[in-house]
Amino acid sequence: MTEHVAGNGLLNRRGLLKATGAGLAGGVLMPVMAPVSAAEDWMTTSGAPMDEYGAPSKHARLKRVNIGAHPYGSGAGSSSTPLEKLNGTITPNSLHFERHHSGIPDIDPARHTLTIYGETNKKLQFSYEDLLAYPMETHTYFLECSGNSYSNVIFPEAADKTVGELNGLVSCSEWTGVPLHYLLDEAGLNSNANWIVGEGADAAGLTRSIPMKIATKNVMIALFQNGEPLRPAQGYPMRLFVPGSEGNVSVKWLQNIKVQKTAAYTKDETSKYSDLHVDGKADMFSLEMGVKSLITSPSGKMKLNRKGVYEVSGLAWSGAGGINQVEVSADGGNSWATAALQSEHRNLSLMRFRIPWRWEGQPAVLQSRATDDKGNVQPTRAAALAKYSKSNIYHYNGTQSWQVTQAGVVKNVYA
Amino acid sequence: MFTRNCLVVNHLGRVCLALLVTFVVNQAHAGNNQGNLGVHLTPALGQTPNLHIDNIVSPDGLALPDGSGSAAEGKTLYISACASCHGMSGMQPGNEVAGGKGSIGTDSPFKTVGSYWPYATTLYDYIARAMPYDKQKSLTVDETYAITAYVLELNQIIKKDDVMDKHTLPKVVMPNADGFNELN
Ligand code: HEC
Repeated sequence: MTEHVAGNGLLNRRGLLKATGAGLAGGVLMPVMAPVSAAEDWMTTSGAPMDEYGAPSKHARLKRVNIGAHPYGSGAGSSSTPLEKLNGTITPNSLHFERHHSGIPDIDPARHTLTIYGETNKKLQFSYEDLLAYPMETHTYFLECSGNSYSNVIFPEAADKTVGELNGLVSCSEWTGVPLHYLLDEAGLNSNANWIVGEGADAAGLTRSIPMKIATKNVMIALFQNGEPLRPAQGYPMRLFVPGSEGNVSVKWLQNIKVQKTAAYTKDETSKYSDLHVDGKADMFSLEMGVKSLITSPSGKMKLNRKGVYEVSGLAWSGAGGINQVEVSADGGNSWATAALQSEHRNLSLMRFRIPWRWEGQPAVLQSRATDDKGNVQPTRAAALAKYSKSNIYHYNGTQSWQVTQAGVVKNVYA
Repeated sequence: MFTRNCLVVNHLGRVCLALLVTFVVNQAHAGNNQGNLGVHLTPALGQTPNLHIDNIVSPDGLALPDGSGSAAEGKTLYISACASCHGMSGMQPGNEVAGGKGSIGTDSPFKTVGSYWPYATTLYDYIARAMPYDKQKSLTVDETYAITAYVLELNQIIKKDDVMDKHTLPKVVMPNADGFNELN
């Protein structure tokens, strides 16, 4: 007997294992030895030789989705991670979401430097080689654009899109780099050193201010992503990495860090990444990304082709720290069951959750709700929208709801 | 890279000696390490730069360069360098740099330089670093002041003959200057 843990088919994990034999595979399969004559080509012919830089199987080539650019600037735009096609928590480098303001520069590291100046004892310049000689740290961190999930904010009717198209401006990598405080210590901070301002070497010269309290916490000059040097699209040769904060402050192609008494109030922190409230006041420097989760399977535009037990699986994260709990509902939020957190506990990282669910053709609305280790609970869509002015697309972390019809069609809905 | 192995005091308290680099003890952050590698020692490799220009302009205007320009001078420059993408009057749909006056506290807020930005210095800083989009950093200092002045005039914030320079620009009061909450 499988054990129900919440309404409309949610099961405990033992349920999945027990149900697998009957529900998933439709009975126990008898092993059959393939006759030699039926062998596939790859069993009878030597395969391809070794390769300098590997590529995915041609049967499993994935692509970034939702590639969109500004009508007056083809390099100002974004692309999203196809979350529905991935499992685990790490985003392959080729599929990490992108957001650029004037395209991707092709930087020669031998002609690139990082300068720290302003409210410091010394003005210091570092080459790429210099930075490689510093002690480094390695951490798995998520990165989310503060405009992620904007479709669910701006469209009055829920857009029929995939989870990646809707929410794929979030990715997760193992980042390796030099803790920023090593370099700030070397430069020596003056008593007025309240902010750092990071400036990129791209044509947009993207510039953001970060309070010193955050800058000296766990910020790094990232040099490696998932073990290899940063990709150009992620800031090669070096980027600022500000874990838990809106992606835009992790300035790519970093060339200057100016230490200041005040913020610089750059275009991107005033015109763009500020959050307008109904009363006409906007939050500036609201950097922390809220607690959030998404079911990635089943998810938008998928089709359930059989009845039986499914694994509901998804991702959860919080800019405040770690994830304590993810609950899943199959009845639009009437009842909730706790999902299993399936990755090693990590701060400021994507976490994978899973829970078994029996679907016998009944209509359902699947949702997830994350709670972080500071006690923040992911809000409903309505509560998340109520926080800001209607026009504000930033820092949206409301519940993602997937409707499952009797025909097994999975669709984005507002519930 | 033999010096790379010499960056930490290991858990037995042994220090590797390196010949080429000076070490700085990072005691303040010693508790912040991953694992138990011991006290981190970092090489001090930062050099004094020969030439370094400060391009980051804040509301105090201290980083603004010498030079000047007025809206009257900026108009022709704007028409040739900016209007193709932002419209003759700054109201190109989807790429506005003007308009939306008084809309921010309403049901349909419309964010532009004029209606939303709190500081005029931001406009100089941004044009100098990022515009024109098809030829970034091509404007002279005087041209940048003049175009900045013209965009402010398009938004009815300054007058045609007001001269913008490192003293006057930081004093321009933007309509939405009080529209922001600082830190959460
Ligand atoms: C080839 C097209 C193009 C030209 C020419 C151009 N711009 Fe832009 N401009 C853009 C694009 C694209 C953006 C948006 C960039 C982004 O999203 O980061 C932009 C953004 C801006 C913004 C920020 C608007 C806001 O509210 O965030 C200002 C101000 C601006 N441009 C001023 C200028 C000025 C002044 C000139 C002339 C010197 C100019 N632009 C020339 C394409 C152009």
